[in-house]
Amino acid sequence: MSGFASLLERSARWFAFSAVPVAVKHFVLVSLIFLSTNVAALEKSEWSGAVAAEYRFFFEDPVDPRQHGNNASAWFEPQYYAEWSQGRQSFLFVPFGRVDQGDDERTHADIREAIWTYAAPQWELRAGIGKVFWGVTEAVHLVDIINQTDLVENPDGEEKLGQPMVNLAWIQNWGTLDFFVLPYFRERTFPGVNGRLRPSPPVDLDNPVYESSAERNHIDYAARWSHFIGDWDLGVSVFNGTSRIPVLNPGLDGNGQPALIPFYPLITQFGLDAQATIGSWLWKLEAIHVSAKADSFYAATGGLEYSFFGVFESAADIGLLFEYTYDQRKDLAPTPFQNDILWAVRLALNDEQSTELLVGIVRDLERTEHTLSLEASRRLGSSWTLGVEARGFSSSVAGTPTYAVRQDDYLQVEIAYHF
Amino acid sequence: MRIRLLMVLFVLLPLSALAETAEEKGLAIAVEADKRDTGWHDSKSELEMVLRNKNGDESQRAMRNKSLEVEGDGDKTLIVFDAPKDVKGTAFLSFTHAVKPDDQWLYLPALKRVKRISSSNKSGPFMGSEFAYEDISSQEIEKYKYKYIKDEAIDGRPTFLVERYPQYKNSGYTRQLAWIDQETYRVTKVEFYDRKDSLLKTLTYHDYKKYLEQYWRAHRMEMINHQTGKSTTLAWKDFSFNTGLTERDFDKNSLKRAR
Repeated sequence: MSGFASLLERSARWFAFSAVPVAVKHFVLVSLIFLSTNVAALEKSEWSGAVAAEYRFFFEDPVDPRQHGNNASAWFEPQYYAEWSQGRQSFLFVPFGRVDQGDDERTHADIREAIWTYAAPQWELRAGIGKVFWGVTEAVHLVDIINQTDLVENPDGEEKLGQPMVNLAWIQNWGTLDFFVLPYFRERTFPGVNGRLRPSPPVDLDNPVYESSAERNHIDYAARWSHFIGDWDLGVSVFNGTSRIPVLNPGLDGNGQPALIPFYPLITQFGLDAQATIGSWLWKLEAIHVSAKADSFYAATGGLEYSFFGVFESAADIGLLFEYTYDQRKDLAPTPFQNDILWAVRLALNDEQSTELLVGIVRDLERTEHTLSLEASRRLGSSWTLGVEARGFSSSVAGTPTYAVRQDDYLQVEIAYHF
Repeated sequence: MRIRLLMVLFVLLPLSALAETAEEKGLAIAVEADKRDTGWHDSKSELEMVLRNKNGDESQRAMRNKSLEVEGDGDKTLIVFDAPKDVKGTAFLSFTHAVKPDDQWLYLPALKRVKRISSSNKSGPFMGSEFAYEDISSQEIEKYKYKYIKDEAIDGRPTFLVERYPQYKNSGYTRQLAWIDQETYRVTKVEFYDRKDSLLKTLTYHDYKKYLEQYWRAHRMEMINHQTGKSTTLAWKDFSFNTGLTERDFDKNSLKRAR
């Protein structure tokens, strides 16, 4: 009963504290009204999505007694898609919500996408809340900057928050030029005081500090040229605006408790991403140069992936991955990746159930610090999937990002229903 | 002068026909089949696959296919997956080439990520089925060397039996035996021999229909793997041709919009 009440309370929180700006809400509303009045004109209109339950087993007691133990969680992500005017126009709506047993910050909702697209022969225009991915590497995504990381979802940082945007893509035979206007900033999510896999002390999410006086209403701009030439896929990008990665400064929260206060500086970031696909080899490189008021630095990541197809006279593929990441700021970098090596093995059985496994280790070349990770998935029947994820962290150097989570090794089992 | 030359050619023609080797005849059949299937420009279709293991357990796949004919090169294809539901929205873009490796990209909708992927897995299973990537890739003349074997009747219809030897890298086959209908030049049956030259799979084509008064398309293909006992039925429907698709419908931007 109390569980249900707290669920209701959390649901209310979603809407009360929803970080979605009013203008965007209006846009979604207007779009939905537009769609509902033009149903007859729609050439395609469909709902799909997924709902999942997960359980995380933690192998050790938390560093901070306020943090939870084993934890149950569930999420829901429906998706609505409509298409009209011979497929030239479309609208995609993807809300997302999660309810978490132990961490109030992980109980959250977001509009991942609510975006209208117009596709003409030489250009494409998008407006609304969107999601964009740039880059080629696996361990760390340096170039990818449009969307904020929804870090409460997964410590791997692959989950992203929806970003309000207007995007024009100009498509020519010499490549695609994308221009972005990003009128609203999304703060990075972090696990709350009771959550695991968080920095220590916890991040104070109520009082972020911005370099821009416009704070989260600062308008960011970005542009990217991308093309493929033979075996090469290339991208060159520039971003000007509020950094997606905050600097976490020690301070006190509203209750006078020790906390990390996020500071979001204004930056200009130049990025390059390249991949050469030659036979069974993938050669990858991402490099960035970031300049801010305080300092400027470069960082790069690159490596290779080699695949053995049809191993042991079976249908299975084995891929070997190696990547190296360097950050000029070294120990001052707010990321665990400043001089690290990733080794990983990817196994795809290519069976009817699409069974896949990825095992990797990230090792710091200077500090005694490493992260182990395992991700596996398999389809059950036609509509269900089973996912298993395990991560282990080890660090003997206080103050590193990994040190704070050294007792947060976990095994997660997730079962998802797709519709 | 020109007339005399022509007359000489006419006199020589029957001789050269007699002297045609099995290899030349095999190639001539492939050239004729290719000629008859040229000029459709672009096509759209829907596909359903039923995968069966040796216990008879079935699983379904559904996808939509767009193809663009490219003069002097392999076709461009874009495939969007509808089922199973967990891969719904995943899309596969392929620029096929006759002998050099294909260019392939995969779009992962959850991450919004377009990944260039290696096309060396020619012999790998497509969507866990008995069809390998090389079986569904566009069939270009230069992909094989040919050898005509004999005439043979299949279901009462005369066919050419032609042996073909893959010339592209990473094929899972030493050779294929293809039965080609003598009247229409459409493929009736193919046997695939693995790297050890043992019979691996048999593919049969069914329910042919003619489009635009010229192009024959099978509406059902049955692939049986003799070594594993598994089989796959590939059913095609809603073919349409000359729909106005252009290169632009087969670029990375379209891949990201594919639904």
